Amino acid sequence: MSRYRKKSTSVPEVSTASLPDIVFMLLFFFMTVTVMKDTVLKVDNVLPHATEVKKLEKKDRVISIHIGKPSSELREVLGSEPRIQLEDKFANVSEVGPFVLAKLAKMPEHIRPYVTISLKVDKKANMGIIDDVKEELRKVGALKINYTTYEGEVFRDR
Amino acid sequence: MARRAGAPEVNAGSMADIAFLLLIFFLVTTTIETDAGLDRMLPPIEPPEDDVVIKQKNIFQVNINKNGQLLADGELIELKDLRGKAMAFLENNGDGSCTYCGAGKKDASSSDNPTKAIISLKNDRETKYGTYITVQNELVGAYNDLRNRESERLYKRSYTDMEAEYSKQETEASVKEKLKEKLTRIKEMIPQKLSEAETTSSSSN
Repeated sequence: MSRYRKKSTSVPEVSTASLPDIVFMLLFFFMTVTVMKDTVLKVDNVLPHATEVKKLEKKDRVISIHIGKPSSELREVLGSEPRIQLEDKFANVSEVGPFVLAKLAKMPEHIRPYVTISLKVDKKANMGIIDDVKEELRKVGALKINYTTYEGEVFRDR
Repeated sequence: MARRAGAPEVNAGSMADIAFLLLIFFLVTTTIETDAGLDRMLPPIEPPEDDVVIKQKNIFQVNINKNGQLLADGELIELKDLRGKAMAFLENNGDGSCTYCGAGKKDASSSDNPTKAIISLKNDRETKYGTYITVQNELVGAYNDLRNRESERLYKRSYTDMEAEYSKQETEASVKEKLKEKLTRIKEMIPQKLSEAETTSSSSN
């Protein structure tokens, strides 16, 4: 009994010497998985919701096109008509085709047939501009498209 | 002079704090995003050489007007009824050649069988994109529901589940091969024929 009491009075301290190591490990993990955004969005881009979605695997086979109203600070200059944003600048409908072809040309030949065009369109945009873009894409033969959406209940969009 | 003997140790006690600070920064800024969406194929620009004659009864015409109202096969319907309507059309089984269409009504004025049924989607230039996607989602959903049902019956596993595994990068080639076989079988049973016709401009309406 006396022996037991002796032990319990002096609790050994937990060594925190390895704490920095653990934290650094986590830090490196997050540093490596972090992807800094490569484009600054100049358009409003609230995507619609859908339930029957498919994941876009393989980032290197995706070309993104953003469509939406110019963001609030640009709206005074550019008006509120939906615009197309390619990479980080605004573009006309006629520039979509050459943009996609230029992007395709930079990719290795064996992945070109699998390239998907991801249309990131604001849910308030009109279909007119999207139809024009689709027509442009058909002209250059980029037929695989993906209407990028958020995953979620659809009927709340309306 | 005795102090020179060993270099003074730098106190590393605050290293953890610094590391924590950085960790929290990256934790907050990281967004692990995988894009997801509805996959579609656009029709090629060249018209097909041989004009295929499609019977009117094999086409399920969906129209969306600029106010977001839906016209399906000549009827004004609510968006939430669309999926059911589309499914009923697809598995109508008019000519009785489809052995797996359980609930087919065999209505003579509706589609012959799932392999012939075509859904055609038309929209106005002023239709909101959100509405359009909702309609697309419901139509794709109708196909997926049917495919899942068949896949569940044949392989005890849902179609969407198999498809997700098939498109994953990590999946082994041998597993993919098997999955592909099953997916193709289901796709043959219920092919997704969803056509996007060219838009009507509002002036012509």
